[in-house]
Amino acid sequence: MTLLATADAGTTCYSRLTNDWLCWQYVSDYRTEITDATLQHLAITLVSVLAALALSFPLALLARRVPRLETAILGVATGLYTIPSVALLPLLVPFTGLSPVTVVIGLALYALTVLVRAFLDGLRSVPADVTESATGLGYGRGRLLLAVELPLAVPVVMAGLRVATVSTVALTTVGSLVAYGGLGNLIADGVTSDFRAELLTASVLCVVIAVLLDVVLVLLQRLLTPWTRTAAA
Amino acid sequence: MTVLDDALAFLTDPASWTGSGGMLQLLGQQLLLTVLALLLALVLGLPLALWLGHLGRGGFLAINVAGVGRAVPTFALLALFVAADPWDVTGGLFPGTATAGPLGRAGVSTLVALALFALPPIITNAYTAVREVPAEVRESATGLGMSGAQLFWRCELPLALPLVAGGVRLALVQIWATATIAALVAGPGLGRVITDGFYRTLYGQGIAGAAVVAVVALVLELLAALGQRLVSPAHLRA
Repeated sequence: MTLLATADAGTTCYSRLTNDWLCWQYVSDYRTEITDATLQHLAITLVSVLAALALSFPLALLARRVPRLETAILGVATGLYTIPSVALLPLLVPFTGLSPVTVVIGLALYALTVLVRAFLDGLRSVPADVTESATGLGYGRGRLLLAVELPLAVPVVMAGLRVATVSTVALTTVGSLVAYGGLGNLIADGVTSDFRAELLTASVLCVVIAVLLDVVLVLLQRLLTPWTRTAAA
Repeated sequence: MTVLDDALAFLTDPASWTGSGGMLQLLGQQLLLTVLALLLALVLGLPLALWLGHLGRGGFLAINVAGVGRAVPTFALLALFVAADPWDVTGGLFPGTATAGPLGRAGVSTLVALALFALPPIITNAYTAVREVPAEVRESATGLGMSGAQLFWRCELPLALPLVAGGVRLALVQIWATATIAALVAGPGLGRVITDGFYRTLYGQGIAGAAVVAVVALVLELLAALGQRLVSPAHLRA
């Protein structure tokens, strides 16, 4: 043990005996592992949110057209939120196996519950006189939706998208249950092997990813809604 | 489906409910964890959010703290607490911090992580609730000669209560569901039934555990909805 200690001490700040929380040596030595985990995290998050986005728009339109379906869809969405992620992922495993698909389906379902609501609220926030004017000007249903209602719904939808994205970044870590958790894999490994540098680095990176994606979405919203800027100025 | 048969068999077997490590014990642990975490979050967040709402200031702070809070994965927070083990500051003076206690060390970590996790919905809802009290109500109250404290206790709080309760209700159900994460660091609660079943490929057991968690979540949601109705002034009830 003393031999090991002398050989080990001072060599790296992430060695078993030092086990520092902050350790740049760890970051440079494990660069590929950290990069891979970060890319996996990003990929899982983006695919899940985009899939949820693509599904939630038609679902919201359907719910708007058929009020009875709206109650059902929102009810299922609320019910889904009560199923913990720790439970949902294992529930999917018998069907999709230990694969990234399992994580993506689970995360997309959670994001879907937020986004359907956001689309419904967003479309509802469009003032009635605006849609009436557009109809009076001869806008058909499709054009009314794409050229008038959707752009005006952007602020509310984007608010929902931001919540969904940031939550999905955080939830991706739970994917480590099925070995596809991106940075969550490093966190899980950090807990079981008491590896502090790994644990803290992965946790900080999670928050960094969430904040960066949030900033991107805010910028995107500014691009999509140029009229709000003149109002604010 | 054999998996569902397994789940049903697990649920109907008395042995899986009773005894040490049985589902009743784990259910009790998780309920204790949920209630304590909610109370902790309420004590920490509610006075501050209501006060900021009353002053009409710090909205930017309240909303952004909540946003950042959402970005921190509960699992990461929990993992950091377990690895750092900051609860041993007393050097084992208090039982329950250094030793097991009713929740265990991982349990205390889970408790704090869950309380922090519950702060965003509680803070945003409470702040917004007080801010959304109509300005004319505020003006009338001031015109009647009410002081700041009277305005808060007699007008703002009663009117804000339904929305505040909405935030607490959301937090309660989210804490309960998220408490299962404790199982990832070998903590207490029903998450253990799920992860245990999953790791040992006893999928029936995993599904049974998830079903129990979901049913209790729905019961909590209904109870909270009832509570929210009770604190709402009669004319605001739906």
